[in-house]
Amino acid sequence: MTGRSRIVAGIIAIALLGGAAAAFAIVWRPAIAAVEPPGPQAFDAALVKRGRELAAIGNCNNCHTVQGTRNFAGGLPVPTPFGTIFSSNITPDAETGIGKWSEAAFRRAMRSGVNREGQHLYPTFPYDHFTHVSDEDDRALYAFLMTRQPVRAPPRENQLAFPFNQRFAVAGWKLLFLRQDTYQPDPGQSAEWNRGAYLVEGLAHCGDCHTPRNALGAERNSAQFAGGDVDHWHAYALNDRSHAPMPWDADALYAYLRDGWHPDHGTARGPMAEVVDNLSSIPANDVRAIAVYMAGVSGTPTPARIREGEAAQAQAGPSTAPVSEANAAGASIYAAACASCHAGGRPLPYGGVNLALSTAVAGPDPRNLANIVLSGVQPVAGERSPIMPGFAANMTDAQVSALLNYLRARFSNRPPWSGVEEIVRDARHAQTALLQTSPARRNGPADTKQREKP
Amino acid sequence: MMTLKVNGREHQVHADPDTPLLYVLREDIKLNAAKFGCGLGQCGACTVIVDGKAVLSCVTPMVLLEGKQVTTLEGLGTVAEPAPIQRAFMEEQAAQCGYCIAGMMMRAQALLQKNTRPTDEQIRAELEPHLCRCGTHMRILRAVHRAARLMDTADASSVVGGRGR
Repeated sequence: MTGRSRIVAGIIAIALLGGAAAAFAIVWRPAIAAVEPPGPQAFDAALVKRGRELAAIGNCNNCHTVQGTRNFAGGLPVPTPFGTIFSSNITPDAETGIGKWSEAAFRRAMRSGVNREGQHLYPTFPYDHFTHVSDEDDRALYAFLMTRQPVRAPPRENQLAFPFNQRFAVAGWKLLFLRQDTYQPDPGQSAEWNRGAYLVEGLAHCGDCHTPRNALGAERNSAQFAGGDVDHWHAYALNDRSHAPMPWDADALYAYLRDGWHPDHGTARGPMAEVVDNLSSIPANDVRAIAVYMAGVSGTPTPARIREGEAAQAQAGPSTAPVSEANAAGASIYAAACASCHAGGRPLPYGGVNLALSTAVAGPDPRNLANIVLSGVQPVAGERSPIMPGFAANMTDAQVSALLNYLRARFSNRPPWSGVEEIVRDARHAQTALLQTSPARRNGPADTKQREKP
Repeated sequence: MMTLKVNGREHQVHADPDTPLLYVLREDIKLNAAKFGCGLGQCGACTVIVDGKAVLSCVTPMVLLEGKQVTTLEGLGTVAEPAPIQRAFMEEQAAQCGYCIAGMMMRAQALLQKNTRPTDEQIRAELEPHLCRCGTHMRILRAVHRAARLMDTADASSVVGGRGR
């Protein structure tokens, strides 16, 4: 070997070693020493109460509790384009939960998506948002979770194909998409707006559903809040591309997030029903802060947008336009099954929203409308709340499709949907499956008198 | 005028398309097992079976029933020859005031037609839309299990008015 080739070989060897070391540094995370479960007495009651409120804002129970089973014991299947991932047990059970996790281990999981043992967690756990949560709030969340009832529930095996079943691949994903930084307040905005921004972008992880994702499953920052997909529902656009017939403002958002319904917009349902159920149990000023920040995301309505809202209100009145022959069947189903509540002039929550104001009817596809016709709206125990019977057993797919096509034509100025019947069929299939796994809303905190109590 | 198939018989019915099935059953066809409870599809007292599925008849307008087959409690059995589900509810003494029971039986019947041996959990989940203010829930659960066994074994020793356990 000549001197020159020896140098080249040396450089290559150093580059390879360096590359391996860099890859190792990117992928490898140390385990954090196990601790004895600290037990419920180890935490201050006020801290635990704060943690309960934060856990509600973070919507933790939505993914970490399966309907009819113990709270926070995990096991919920989360379908993703890459396979099914099961949520983990976050009760303080030493063997199957996070009982042996120190606060530092918990904070690392929130901050960088690594479990106590040093394995990379899949980003179905939204640490791309939770990374912004403050140390102080992580401490309260830890105190809350460590004072829950420990539940022995072994984790369920994820159903992922190669290469997604290799956890080290997640390290690469993080390099591309995880931006670890604490929230920096915008001095040009109010304290309330900044509080809302901290919650929305961090713990509340609104973008997790409402922002579309790229091919690698990461939120597309260039399209933040432009609408996304979750659990067979469409999570509506919240930015200036919103399909809501009436523009949103901070007051409307506050009422909707707090009560679960608003007269100009209708009722939260599907995964959002669980979100507002949680938000009904936290201090009002945090909900207000979220509403103020999200109203900024929607932006001040343009004159065109305001005219659209006025047109929607006009459309809400009685129609004199003739119904097309194709929509005659749907029109008669609407008149017989829906109109008594939705056109009765009775305001929410006792009447149904006028469908000219419904984002589901104006939305980009009929999934949400199909879901709601099939499964209805469950009452919230102990509270005046909107109700709607589901029509899955009463209507065939053809009847639901006819109804949806009619509603689109009668109550929106948008072009007809395509593929309605297939979407209705899928919705029926998905709702049947979902009913068996989704957390039960009707068991949620409901009594308004209880809201401010620990 | 429309034709409505109930318990295997065709009825000619004069009703507007938005008339709830419950009203037609009770007032026109004089089948009174299905009860009016809330009228909002929230209590389950009006439940009947349509094409094999349990349906809340108070929120099912006639326009949805073209060509479908309705079964009410009267279509399952008679006083002289009660159906297994009816025998089971009597044997377990599952009714107190009884107002909710016809609806409960119809949904339980629909369940047992597709699942001959439901678990306690499945029965609870299935009957969840039904309200009972008397509180006979535990007897109702036992009655559905008993009905499953009766349908399975056609147990001849189990007689009407038998010991409730």
